[in-house]
Amino acid sequence: MRALKCRECGREYPLAATHVCEFDFGPLEVVYDYDRIKKSLSRSAILSRSQNMWRYRELLPVANEPTVGTQVGFTPLVKADRLAKALGIREAWVKNDTVNYPTLSFKDRVVSVALSRARELGFTTVACASTGNLANSVAANAAAAGLKAYVFIPADLEQGKIVNSLIYGAQVIGIKGHYDEVNRLCAEIAGKYGWAFVNVNMRPYYAEGSKSMGFEIMEQLGWRIPTHTVVCMASGSLLTKIHKSYQEMIKLGLVPDSEYQIHGAQATGCSPISTAQKAGLDFFKPVKPNTIAKSLAIGTPADGFYALKVMKETGGSAEDVSDDEVREGIKLLAETEGIFAETAGGVTVGVAKKLIASGKIPAKDSVVLCITGNGLKTLDAVNGHAGRPREIKPSLREFESILNQNEAAPAA
Amino acid sequence: MAKKVRIPTPLRKLTNNEELIEVNAATIGDVIVELQTRYPGIKDRLLDENGSIRRFVNVYVNEEDIRFLQNQQTAIKDGDEISIIPAIAGG
Repeated sequence: MRALKCRECGREYPLAATHVCEFDFGPLEVVYDYDRIKKSLSRSAILSRSQNMWRYRELLPVANEPTVGTQVGFTPLVKADRLAKALGIREAWVKNDTVNYPTLSFKDRVVSVALSRARELGFTTVACASTGNLANSVAANAAAAGLKAYVFIPADLEQGKIVNSLIYGAQVIGIKGHYDEVNRLCAEIAGKYGWAFVNVNMRPYYAEGSKSMGFEIMEQLGWRIPTHTVVCMASGSLLTKIHKSYQEMIKLGLVPDSEYQIHGAQATGCSPISTAQKAGLDFFKPVKPNTIAKSLAIGTPADGFYALKVMKETGGSAEDVSDDEVREGIKLLAETEGIFAETAGGVTVGVAKKLIASGKIPAKDSVVLCITGNGLKTLDAVNGHAGRPREIKPSLREFESILNQNEAAPAA
Repeated sequence: MAKKVRIPTPLRKLTNNEELIEVNAATIGDVIVELQTRYPGIKDRLLDENGSIRRFVNVYVNEEDIRFLQNQQTAIKDGDEISIIPAIAGG
């Protein structure tokens, strides 16, 4: 990495813990020396390294060897034939970050970068504003690294996500309000205390970690860019970084330059980006979130403008789905592929289904679905919607009476 | 009780490191004018060439985003606290 650079005006800054341009508040982004990277990063160099996200380390913003989250990433890319059939498309793949290490969501990717860099910069306390998954990952990775952690979350999060932060000994602060309010408070706290806030002052480094999901997809597909990628959007950051990962691999000559489209998925109850995309706008209107997809419930998405730009540039589309469609998406992925995703995954599946049905993703094509978090964390959302076990006495007769009912009226 | 503006870190170089500034203005638009008079240069940081609040700047009156109120026309009264906050990535 060479410097931090404002995405709006191009002014450059030193590689410190800072995230916005002093002149226009534009987000700062890490810039790299690609000519230099080209000399050391080849397919064979990557293949010779351990199977985790750091096999692409030249493209991740740490100065030295990573010290936090060294085992993160390289999750399975599953060829999802049964899901493809159900969605009505020739070929589908699932990038399965429900089993990312150690906290079962893609956030371990961004946190390992943010905390490795935070240590390089000398921080001993780390913090985040989170809709849940990020809090879990910061809490766990900070514990393993011996860093002190403060995590700030909306107080009404799913029980699973709250316990999953507390168990690591992090200071968990529940804010009575939605994520945008947590964010506002955290911006003020970050300005006042000298902590490494992973998605505030560490954001330029943090956000780059998401690229590893894209790098892995290309490698696992046999060094090519998927024709269609469907990505869920909260702040819109992941979508923009998947795009950046594709562009970087083209620039380095590691994949052929091919045409591709990146599509964005939101829940209807919090759809500022998809609403703008469908209306053909390049700006969005903030909303007050109301959806079971709490991990995506960001009403003022910081990277919304750039997500809209990526969809426009690649010819991608956006769509959004209702809470019922989110649950159906979760069930469909579970029943066809044996993968239990959290609500955000239900959003991605539901939106892919809609985009295929409308022809925006042609049925003759191939699609990759980015599934970002594990269903065990959002049990509240599906509890009562997945059926109930039938209780019987320990008697063969009782079991057989159920079996006979099943055979008489087989489940679909 | 006065009206107060909370200045974010990236702008404190302009306000001699003042974090909390008392203002007399009656609307958000007037607050920006008043700040500009007292701390020249601050307006250009907050507003784009069309006079709109820059897209990566969020302004709140007592925790409410002014885009849910009347934007720059939003009226403010004694005791209100105004926050200027850069947009933040997701979590």
